[in-house]
Amino acid sequence: MNSMNPLDIYQRMADEAKSREEAKTEKTRILVGTATCGVAAGALKVRDEFVKGIEKKGLDAEVIEVGCMGHCYAEPMAVIAKPGFPPMCYGKLDDGLVNRLVEDYLAGDDPCYEYALAALERNDVFPTFEDFPRGVHEEKLILGQCGYIDAGDINSFLARDGYSALAKALEDEPLAVLNEVKAANLRGRGGAGFPAGDKWEACLSSSENEKYVICNADEGDPGAFMDRSILESDPHLVIEGMVLCAYAIGAQKGYLYIRAEYPRAVRHVQQAIDQARQMGLLGNAILGTKFNFDLEVFQGSGAFVCGEATALVNSMEGKMGLPESRPPRLAQKGYRGKPTILNNVKTFAYVPLIIRNGADWFKSIGTPDSPGTAVFSLVGKVVNTGLVEVPMGTTLRQLIYEVGDGLPNAKEFKAVQIGGPSGGCLPESALDVPIDFDSLHDAGAIMGSGGLVVMDQDDCMVAVARYFLEFTQHESCGKCTFCRLGTKHMLDILTDITDGKGTMESLTLLEELAEDVRDGSLCNLGRTAPNPVLTTLKYFRDEYRAHIEEGRCPALVCRDLILYYIKPPKCSKLCNVCVGSCPTEAIFTREDGLKEIDQEKCVKCDNCLKACPPEYNAIVKLSPPVLPKEKEGAVK
Amino acid sequence: MYSLQLLEGEREQILASVQEVISKSSKNREDLIPVLQKVQAKLGYLPALAMEKISEGLNIPAADVYGLATFYNQFRLNPPGKHQVKVCLGTACYMVGGDITLESFERRMKIKEGETSADRLYSLERVACVGCCTLAPVVVVNEEVEGKVTPTRVDGIMLTFEESDKEKVSEPEMQKGEEH
Ligand SMILES: Cc1cc2nc3c(=O)[nH]c(=O)nc-3n(C[C@H](O)[C@H](O)[C@H](O)COP(=O)(O)O)c2cc1C
Ligand code: SF4
Ligand code: SF4
Ligand code: FES
Repeated sequence: MNSMNPLDIYQRMADEAKSREEAKTEKTRILVGTATCGVAAGALKVRDEFVKGIEKKGLDAEVIEVGCMGHCYAEPMAVIAKPGFPPMCYGKLDDGLVNRLVEDYLAGDDPCYEYALAALERNDVFPTFEDFPRGVHEEKLILGQCGYIDAGDINSFLARDGYSALAKALEDEPLAVLNEVKAANLRGRGGAGFPAGDKWEACLSSSENEKYVICNADEGDPGAFMDRSILESDPHLVIEGMVLCAYAIGAQKGYLYIRAEYPRAVRHVQQAIDQARQMGLLGNAILGTKFNFDLEVFQGSGAFVCGEATALVNSMEGKMGLPESRPPRLAQKGYRGKPTILNNVKTFAYVPLIIRNGADWFKSIGTPDSPGTAVFSLVGKVVNTGLVEVPMGTTLRQLIYEVGDGLPNAKEFKAVQIGGPSGGCLPESALDVPIDFDSLHDAGAIMGSGGLVVMDQDDCMVAVARYFLEFTQHESCGKCTFCRLGTKHMLDILTDITDGKGTMESLTLLEELAEDVRDGSLCNLGRTAPNPVLTTLKYFRDEYRAHIEEGRCPALVCRDLILYYIKPPKCSKLCNVCVGSCPTEAIFTREDGLKEIDQEKCVKCDNCLKACPPEYNAIVKLSPPVLPKEKEGAVK
Repeated sequence: MYSLQLLEGEREQILASVQEVISKSSKNREDLIPVLQKVQAKLGYLPALAMEKISEGLNIPAADVYGLATFYNQFRLNPPGKHQVKVCLGTACYMVGGDITLESFERRMKIKEGETSADRLYSLERVACVGCCTLAPVVVVNEEVEGKVTPTRVDGIMLTFEESDKEKVSEPEMQKGEEH
């Protein structure tokens, strides 16, 4: 008998990784969040500043780049783990703060609690993330290690039981993996919630020898970034999930289809693949067994429709990314005409956890029909934006008000757009809907890939509907007439309404068109394109009417229906800020010293409104665009 | 169609780059997108000449190559400017005035989105979500993501461009080439 079974090989590897990681904890480590969002907020400068400070003071400390912890509202962020202290997380860092931390905490022994966000471990002095409402609701499964591990070092992943699910699975029959995934009722996280196990089973039953596993990381939904974040922060989790899938269905080759707009994700995944291959976790004879499977990155070229399964495969084959009618399903006839499994990034990420902890564990989280968690990128008018992971069944209200801490600037909630262009806008009255595939669908939205955009009183729902229609119209591949011309016609009507040229008849036509496009399109891009229109018409018809019947945009957004006006009594006379801010020299000083806007010249750029100092706040927007009577101008 | 003239030496550079990429490719249809990506990475865009040569090299009809290049958002048919700006118009960015930011750049650069200025100093594009929605509105300036870009910040960005150009003595004279 062979003395080296996969578990033994794995154990040796994991033990070595653990001792390496432990050795690292003997000195101070600074983990800087350098995912794309962190970098955009200035994380690289923060990293450099820490390195500089450490060198200057000759300290024994190491700066490590990690991914995104999900608390994007506090970027740039860093965790300082100093022996003898609980690891502490600091947010909104800048040069000054970094220097202070180097001086007082790294060189001295003062953890500067006044600047800390939270501690990462329970202790007697400072609360942890779990002590805040966000932490109470959140249950991090697939985001669990994002922001805590070094995505560039496979040991960091191995030391936390990474690839143990693979080692365990390889000890057993491939069918065991499939059975566990089926028993867990894992539903695909790419949008529709199709059971992953059923898809895999269809692929397994094919008699073809050549099969493929593809990870859909196209993430075309504007406003969604969780797939990017996972790939940048914990790429091995997704890779392990793909290897498990390949083992279950008998595939030898796989691809990660990552959109080219995500260069950092591409880089991290490529690095992770190379390291996994080096360790014998990918490639030939994985963990000493007869199982061979290798992965490659394919860079998607940025067309929203290519996220659709058949279009994605076409684009990988060097064709235009046009969807095709199904069946045959990809599981029977996919990439290169062979059986292919295509799953979303998150779907694969759950697999190792399910194999490790069992289907019952997974089913104990979430709701009976939608087990597990939901991952959202929470953006828009919400205080604590970022990436969140909550059990299915959490309500939208909890998500927005407790996890996200409500709306900023004391503004009123108006709607939440969920599911991207194929989703819908839900009003206040729908906030108690639990988040799961079926409830959201019933409410007129969809889970989609998990983009969640909160809107307040300053957002115009007609403009939002128009925005999404413009997006889908632009991204329609043009194959179906309804999708190509129907969305164009819908967009024209919506544009007319936002321009103040809409009629009630055209509104009726808009609704009819919406239904036709929904019913007459081949792929889900066309079939779901009308959703933002249908939901806004259902819940915010008043706003459409105000545009059409009163020429008024209640949210003061639609440019043809507003004008900028300087309130004479509020204008300071002496401050010239608005004049300087105007790109078209539309603002002039009157004889009485007050400022006034030449409406002919104004391009409604919002500059002056933002520039006018808050103590005067003299510039207002008016809708309908009618100037107040001249006499008001005389008020001192 | 809107097009810019080739600069001196650009023709040779295009031919050499395409040659190099194609010589390393397996010349399958599946290679078409990666080849286009690699050529664009070298040249910064896909000139008509490059597409012709790729079509010859991979033995794929020119119309198909052009069709792909225009179907996918990643490919650009105009050369990038010395200062490249991409304005995000994803949902989060749009909602907080991404379109106003884009217009500010259009006004300041005196070009429309999708264009490159004739002196090739500026190019302006719109993109759909770069995945930093929490920092909306977002602008990518020469590959670097900048968050919370208000119109005033637009002026600041343009100013840094102008400053950095002033430091150089004078730009080499534009070479007149053939319209293509
Ligand atoms: C227009 C369109 C765009 C899509 N974009 C994506 C995407 O970016 N990522 C994704 O995982 N799925 C996307 N999907 C869904 C895929 O077609 C497919 O259902 C999914 O990748 C399957 O994975 P899952 O079963 O793990 O959810 C899109 C579908 C359509 C119709
Ligand atoms: S519905 Fe639209 S995107 Fe989908 S195949 Fe038809 S035309 Fe293309
Ligand atoms: S909105 Fe813009 S163009 Fe109009 S007055 Fe104000 S700064 Fe000038
Ligand atoms: S919407 Fe602009 S970065 Fe996502």
